Amino acid sequence: MTVHDQGAALPGPRFTIDREAPLHLDCGVDLAPVTIAYQTYGRLNADRSNAILLCHALTGDQYVADPNPVTGKPGWWQPLVGPGCIFDTDRYFLICSNVLGGCMGSTGPSSINPDTGRPWGLTFPVITIADMVRAQIRLIDHLGIDQLFSVIGGSMGGMQVLEWAAHFPHRVFSAVPIASAARHSAQNIAFGEVGRQAVIADPDWCRGDYLNEGKMPHNGLAVARMAAHITYLSEAALHRKFGRNLQGRSLTYGFDADFQVESYLRYQGSSFVERFDANSYLYITRAMDYFDLAADHGGTLANAFRGTRVRFCVVSFTSDWLFPTEESRAVVRALNAVAANVSFVEVESDKGHDAFLLDEPEFHATLQGFLNGAAAHRGLPGGGRS
Amino acid sequence: MTEKAKTTATIRVDLQLIADMVEPKSRVLDIGCGEGILLDYLNGFKQADGRGIELSMAGVRQAVAQGLSVVQGDADTDLKDYPPGAFDYVILSQTLQATREPRQVLQQMLRIGRRAIVSFPNFGFWRVRLSLLRHGRMPVTETLTYQWHDTPNIHLCTIRDFQLLCAELGIVIERAISLDSLGRPRFDARGRMANWLGEQAVFLLRRA
Repeated sequence: MTVHDQGAALPGPRFTIDREAPLHLDCGVDLAPVTIAYQTYGRLNADRSNAILLCHALTGDQYVADPNPVTGKPGWWQPLVGPGCIFDTDRYFLICSNVLGGCMGSTGPSSINPDTGRPWGLTFPVITIADMVRAQIRLIDHLGIDQLFSVIGGSMGGMQVLEWAAHFPHRVFSAVPIASAARHSAQNIAFGEVGRQAVIADPDWCRGDYLNEGKMPHNGLAVARMAAHITYLSEAALHRKFGRNLQGRSLTYGFDADFQVESYLRYQGSSFVERFDANSYLYITRAMDYFDLAADHGGTLANAFRGTRVRFCVVSFTSDWLFPTEESRAVVRALNAVAANVSFVEVESDKGHDAFLLDEPEFHATLQGFLNGAAAHRGLPGGGRS
Repeated sequence: MTEKAKTTATIRVDLQLIADMVEPKSRVLDIGCGEGILLDYLNGFKQADGRGIELSMAGVRQAVAQGLSVVQGDADTDLKDYPPGAFDYVILSQTLQATREPRQVLQQMLRIGRRAIVSFPNFGFWRVRLSLLRHGRMPVTETLTYQWHDTPNIHLCTIRDFQLLCAELGIVIERAISLDSLGRPRFDARGRMANWLGEQAVFLLRRA
């Protein structure tokens, strides 16, 4: 079953922003109704001070710690969530929502436009990271939470974290942007464009109207995923995993997947199209391209954080060339310029950008230590291993 | 659990001397904080709002994993990022001699902090002088443990040198303590014999 077959049947709660108070988007459109699909873990405490919002990355979803209903695979941070884990469900109330523009139950280009009864497709308004966060704010309001104990996320999730901290500092006690940046670099925009053009070049994309035409731009989206997947790894990780190992016994002198790395990428591409909507991919990568926190604050990133009382923990990984350490360091410099409370760790790893999703003990120790320290300052009762 | 009971703790004597100079509930920046022993002490015993900068990633990781606010950074390049008067105290413990531009570092410390606390090994200590005199080789002592070719201490100075630099930069010395070879605080470091008898020194500084 693909994500398109399951659609609204995906498990988990929904929250709807109705027409009476539509979501004001950066592009000028007032969007309503907007559905936000989310998951929660643990319990909100009596004074509603223990909530953590986990923000997912480009192709992630709200199923942080559940088997993914489309793929059946474990949640993307499953080992980190549970009683006694870093995200201790005995201690914290965890929330993760599918981003606006996504395809896992939240309103996006594959949703039905109620005015036409047909999928939005390219008539869906272009959204931004700030729009995603505005939708999250509405969800947090709905859940009756004034201030989140922490907002945590990697990659595009980290962009949302920075957006939260910059624009809603009073609603966040601590913020953990991981393997992220305050803007998409030219190189990142370039990679995004390659992915989008791969989708757009697929004749089955039908100018974005494939759902109405009964088609799926599988080939284009798979190529987009293959290219993107390379940027999530590192040369060292690829070499360690595959080297020049062959699929079969010898070269075929043809264009089948001779090398294991080719076969791996093809698998990544073809499995991705089962669980992701091509237009969502276009819209969400666009939102990342548009993200530039400094530009929103007169060109000076420090202005985004002036007077902030949020406790920050910025994390990067040595082999991440998609969101290199220098991007995190720019955020740290801006935070230092306003004497913000910030920790910054560059974790040594050869696993590239994806390291934030993998078993990295030093990263996990950092996260655990920071959360424990912040929890002590917030006056949350103890718990959690260290 | 990382929250420790803050009833007793033993830290190195020179760190204790520094900690004693810090008023409770101050904003403190510890440059070269290592794994955060002094910061942890200041947070626990002085209710400080403590932050740290550490060059080595291993130190930073350990400090952050303990719940301390520490960033990876370099005293020579990163102090300029902070706004003026951001801290009550800026501490540089046993690190001044390892900076590339000690003058600028001192000036930056007193730009971003109301006060600065600096501790350093005294190259004028009698054992150091004697060692050089007797052996004709770069001294290796308990506080200066490196060989000349692998030392990070590229700007060693004497207590007298340091006082002269402070005078030149218009920095006021509020307190100065020299420690003897057993690490005991013994003299006012401005005293006549301190430059001979002090193995290391701790200075509390402010702008004029």
